[in-house]
Amino acid sequence: MSNLRENKTEVIVVGAGPAGIACAITVARAGHKVVLIERGRFAGSKNMFGGAIYAKPTREIFPDFEKNAPLERKNIEHKYAILGETDGTVISYQNRHELPVSYTVCRGKFDRWMAEEAKKEGVTLVEETVVRELIVENETVVGVKTELEDYYADIVVLADGVNSLLAKQIGLRGDIEPKDVAVSVKEVYKLDKNKINDRFLVNDDEGCIYELFGGSMLGKLGLGFIYTNKESVSIGLGITLDEFEEDETKPYEYLDKLKKHPVIAPLIKDGELLEYSAHLIPEGGFKKIPTLCGAGVMIVGDAAMLVNNLHWEGTNLAMISGKLAGETAVVALSKGDFSENALNRYTEELENSFVMKDLKTYRELMDIIHTRKESFLKYYLQKVNSFFEMFTSVNSVPKRTLYWNFIKNFFKDRSLKELFKDAWAIIKLLWSIMIK
Amino acid sequence: MTIDDKLSTIKYEPDTNLHLNPDFEQCKTCESKICTRVCPAGVYEWMEEEEKLLVKYENCLECGACRIACEKKCLKWEYPKGTKGVIFKRG
Repeated sequence: MSNLRENKTEVIVVGAGPAGIACAITVARAGHKVVLIERGRFAGSKNMFGGAIYAKPTREIFPDFEKNAPLERKNIEHKYAILGETDGTVISYQNRHELPVSYTVCRGKFDRWMAEEAKKEGVTLVEETVVRELIVENETVVGVKTELEDYYADIVVLADGVNSLLAKQIGLRGDIEPKDVAVSVKEVYKLDKNKINDRFLVNDDEGCIYELFGGSMLGKLGLGFIYTNKESVSIGLGITLDEFEEDETKPYEYLDKLKKHPVIAPLIKDGELLEYSAHLIPEGGFKKIPTLCGAGVMIVGDAAMLVNNLHWEGTNLAMISGKLAGETAVVALSKGDFSENALNRYTEELENSFVMKDLKTYRELMDIIHTRKESFLKYYLQKVNSFFEMFTSVNSVPKRTLYWNFIKNFFKDRSLKELFKDAWAIIKLLWSIMIK
Repeated sequence: MTIDDKLSTIKYEPDTNLHLNPDFEQCKTCESKICTRVCPAGVYEWMEEEEKLLVKYENCLECGACRIACEKKCLKWEYPKGTKGVIFKRG
């Protein structure tokens, strides 16, 4: 009966971000009809990230993207900056890989490029259209309601981002808790190319990523970042929403303070603000992944909470989950079976991939960090800096005295009970990561 | 730099419909008023004298932080119409 409907296609994908586009293009390449619906004026216009995209997973979807896509810089250096109130310790790793690992991109350009590529391969892209709800008949998702029309499909894929109102509508997930998402704010500063090269010690097409710990976020569950683009620098941070329950500081005030930190300020000095932006980051991890499929429906990308926050991976998990959902859609279409059981192939494929394996590996991370944030996001960060302050000091105090003072303070500033709790948390975390 | 300076760098196509609709009666008894702090665009402001929440919805960046943080769960939060709302050029 549903095949007789007008406005009926084989697959509808809601959301033209990395997950949705990867899914739609996979379906189109197999010769099936797919409609990709995007609420923004163009793909990417509602999106924001740090950020960098990862080369290998992107090549899986777009083998030649490095020749054609609008890329900014290939990242050759990662710097980890542990910031105190006014001091900081920076650990740096550099590698000029033959095959770059990641590239910085502007989502407004890159997502748009991906969507255009998808169109070339047969995806029908419908922009400026909001899907308000899913059409469910006999407990099966059979289509979508937009502002103007109803569209029907054998399969609907939800790539509608972190808020995924649609997944909630059909009960595949409940309400998101404030501690399970971070609000991220970012500012892009225009800077001369040569200034960027000099300040970040890179050549023309090379980029440098900073991961920022502490600073204005000392003791808060938040991290900062800096990415270099061709002729601009992006600086931002993400803080979990529960941090705002007590604290009066607003997200952009944390960023303003971070920008003034003596380690950071020279990097963006004299830059002209090109764009401010904000977005939510899924932080719930493995334990908060929703049910990934139902009859006629699958969930991919941020909508499925697929973010590995420790490694700053998100777009890659989005693309791979989209691709796997697309492959499952193709199998389901060939069999004409769109039941939950048939689409569960996607869940299984995702579980067998690095996506779920990695999220499972870090399943305890967020709980432990939440309970021990005073230690891991404040006390030890400060101790790293005070160690180097002590080690680099030249003050005519005998070194042995300095060492013993440092050790004494280490145990004086934090009770033995808390130190044991921290040690136990680390053991528990390492066990969950490495063993089971 | 104020939040208004920051927001002035963003392109908007304002919706004529309000897409953020709190239940103002419930807001009066809300203790945390967390929406006024968590919003990255400063959309919400508590006006003490009027005892009313001011919603500058035209500044909304559509992130959803207020929706999730709202302790009363009394915010009807929707996306603006297609073509409307924020347009990030860089992101």
